Amino acid sequence: MMELFWDIMKAFLVGGAICAAVQIVIDKTALTPARIMVSLVTLGVILGAVGLYKPFIEFAGCGASTPLTGFGYTLAVGVKKAVDERGLIGALTGGLAGSAGGITAAIFFGYFFALIFRSKPRD
Amino acid sequence: MNIDKQTYKKYVKKRAPRSPLLKDMLLAFLVGGAICAFAEGIYNLYLLLKIEEETVRTLVPVTIVFLASLATGLGFFDSLAKHAGAGTLVPITGFSNAVISPALDDKSEGLVMGVGAKMFTIAGPVIVYGVISSVIYGVIYWLLGVMA
Repeated sequence: MMELFWDIMKAFLVGGAICAAVQIVIDKTALTPARIMVSLVTLGVILGAVGLYKPFIEFAGCGASTPLTGFGYTLAVGVKKAVDERGLIGALTGGLAGSAGGITAAIFFGYFFALIFRSKPRD
Repeated sequence: MNIDKQTYKKYVKKRAPRSPLLKDMLLAFLVGGAICAFAEGIYNLYLLLKIEEETVRTLVPVTIVFLASLATGLGFFDSLAKHAGAGTLVPITGFSNAVISPALDDKSEGLVMGVGAKMFTIAGPVIVYGVISSVIYGVIYWLLGVMA
C-alpha cells in the first residue's frame, strides 16, 4: 500500500514538474500549443533514442509516460524493437506500431464524441 | 510632474501587473501532476485486475484519451485548460483535445472535410514530426547495428 502511494506521488511530482517547466517556455516564448506538442514528441523520440528516457520511465512510471515526451518515447521504443526483429524495414513500421493504441483511440473517440456533442461557444 | 528615471522605474514596476508566471507554473504543476498521478493509479488498478503489463501500457493512455475526449465533448476540458495551461496541454490529454476540438468546432463543414480533416489540423503535425524522427532514429540504429 505504501509502495502504491509512493508510485502515485512520484508520478504526480515528476509529471507536474514537466508541465511546470513547459509552462515557463509557454509564458516566456508564446510558442503555439501545436509547436509545443511537436517539440515534446520529437524531444521524446530523441531522448528515447539516446537512452535517457528509459531510466526516467522506470523511476516515475506514468509521470514520465503520460506527458507527450512519453508518447515520443513510445515511438522510439517501437522503432528499436521493430528494427531488432525485422531489420531496416522496422524503421518504417515500428514507430506507428508502438504508438498505435493512443493515436487510434484519439481518432476513434474524437470522431464519435465530435458527432455526439456540440461545440460550446467560446468567450 | 518632475521625477527622475529611477523613481519612474520604481513607479512603473509597482503599477505593472504582477507576472503571472508563478501562478501559471503552480496550476500547470498541480493539474499536470494530478493527471499523471491518476494515470499511475489506473495503471496499478489494471495490474490488480490481472491484465498483462504490456496491455496495460497501451490501455492507460487509451483510457486517458477516452476521458479527455469525453471531457472536451462535454465542455469541461476547455474550462480546465484555460487555467491549467501546460498542465492539460503536455500530458496526452493535450493531444486528445487537439484531435477532437477542431472537429467539434468545424462540424458544420461536413463529415469528411469538417470532422474528418479538421481532426488533424494540430494532431497531424505532431504525428508527422514524431514519425519522421522515429524513422531517422530507426535508420541510424540499424546502421549502427550493421557496422558493429
